Formats: sequence, C-alpha cells, structure tokens
Amino acid sequence: MSAINQPVAHGKAAPIGHATRHWLYQRTSSIALPPLGLWFLFALLAQPDLGHASVSAWLARPLQAALLLLFTWCALWHSSLGVQVVVEDYVPGRRRAATLRVLRLLHWAAAIAAGYALWQLALGRAG
Amino acid sequence: MPEVTRRDRPLSPHLQVYRLAFTTVLSGLHRLTGLALSVCSLLLVGWLLAAARGPGAYAVAHRILASLPMRVLLAAALVAFWYHLFNGLRHLAWDAGLGFDQSAARRSGGLVVALAALASILTLALAWRHFA
Repeated sequence: MSAINQPVAHGKAAPIGHATRHWLYQRTSSIALPPLGLWFLFALLAQPDLGHASVSAWLARPLQAALLLLFTWCALWHSSLGVQVVVEDYVPGRRRAATLRVLRLLHWAAAIAAGYALWQLALGRAG
Repeated sequence: MPEVTRRDRPLSPHLQVYRLAFTTVLSGLHRLTGLALSVCSLLLVGWLLAAARGPGAYAVAHRILASLPMRVLLAAALVAFWYHLFNGLRHLAWDAGLGFDQSAARRSGGLVVALAALASILTLALAWRHFA
C-alpha cells in the first residue's frame, strides 16, 4: 500500500498538500458548479443583447452580481484543482513545482480581478 | 520508497500501452474540455473587467469576442461546457458508488454524449441571435 500511496513530491508549491483534501474540494466545487453554470448560461442568453448597456444593467443588480461572482470563483477554484492534476500527470521533474506555482498565481489573480470587476459593476460604476 | 523508484514512475494514462476504448476517449475528453473551460473562465474574467472599465473597453472586448474565429471557439466552448457538466455528474455518480461496472460505464457514457449533443444544439439555437 505505502508504495503506491506516496504523495506526489512537488515541494512547497503544492496548493493542496493532501490528496484527500484535493478530492473533497474537487467534489465540493463540482456539486456547486452545475446549478451555478446553468444559471449563468441561461441568464446570459436571456439578455436582450450583449452590449455594454444591457450587461452593466444586468450586473448592477447586487444579487445577480453576487451570483456571478460565486459562479466565477467556484469555476476558478475547480479549474485550479483540475489543472493541478493534469500538471502532476504530465509535467515531470523540477518544472512541475514552478508550473503549479504559476498556475495557482494565475487563478488567484483572476479571482481577485473578478471580485474587483463585479464590485464595480454592482455599484453601477461601469462607465 | 527509494528516490529512484519514485522518479521513474510512469506518466499516466499510459497512452502508448493501452488500446483506446470508448470510455478511455470519454475520460480524455473530460480533461480536454476541462482545460478548455479553464481558459474560458479566464476569458470570462477578462470580459467582466472590460465591462467594469466602461463602454470603450467593453467595445474592444466585444469586437474580439464577436470575431468569426472567436465565435467558432465560443460555440465549441458551449459544447465543452455541456459535455463536462454531464460527464462531471457521471463522475459524481461513480463517487457515490453507482454504475461502476463496465457495461454501465459504457451506457452512461453514451447517455452523456447524447445529452451533451442535444443540449448543445438547443442552446446554440437559443444563442443564435447573439451570434448572428
């Protein structure tokens, strides 16, 4: 058992150190995403058009902006966990830790940017 | 475990060794669509930033996203969205211990492909006015 259950060695860059936590987070986000994703898709398609006026009016409603933020954060969380597994499978050796670090940073940056953008939109500050 | 053994472990999923089965292709597609949707989540954030910046920045983002190559990619992303969603539910069923034997896995795989195709066609039809 111990021979095949060794954790993948990727040093301090590991976003989640333990496989069980990774598994649990991946499932938590994957249960949250279908309803949020369906809501986003149909809310987007229901807009009269996708011009700036329509989109900023839509997201100036706080509940709508909050839902979209929740969807975006869950999607980025799920994405971060997912690409981590792909990197662990296909990027060997020393480059693995660096790749994981870059991808984690990218996901954090996107999450912060989404928070900032939706905050501005919810306050009706978009132009 | 000695360091040498650890370093020499093979990469999954041993594409050169196994014959491709229907379920293998579906598993690979789950990863590929997942990666594509990761890129889409970044596109979504870019789109939101442009919308928050104002009409000028939004017009630039909209022009890029509405270009013909991007429209084709977004239509493909919609297909990826549905496939990953339905196949993700299939994974959650497996996690609950359901449908684990080979024939059930093949049948649920066929169902996922059919549902994803149907949902893609319906939503592409709904999205058509935004694409046209």
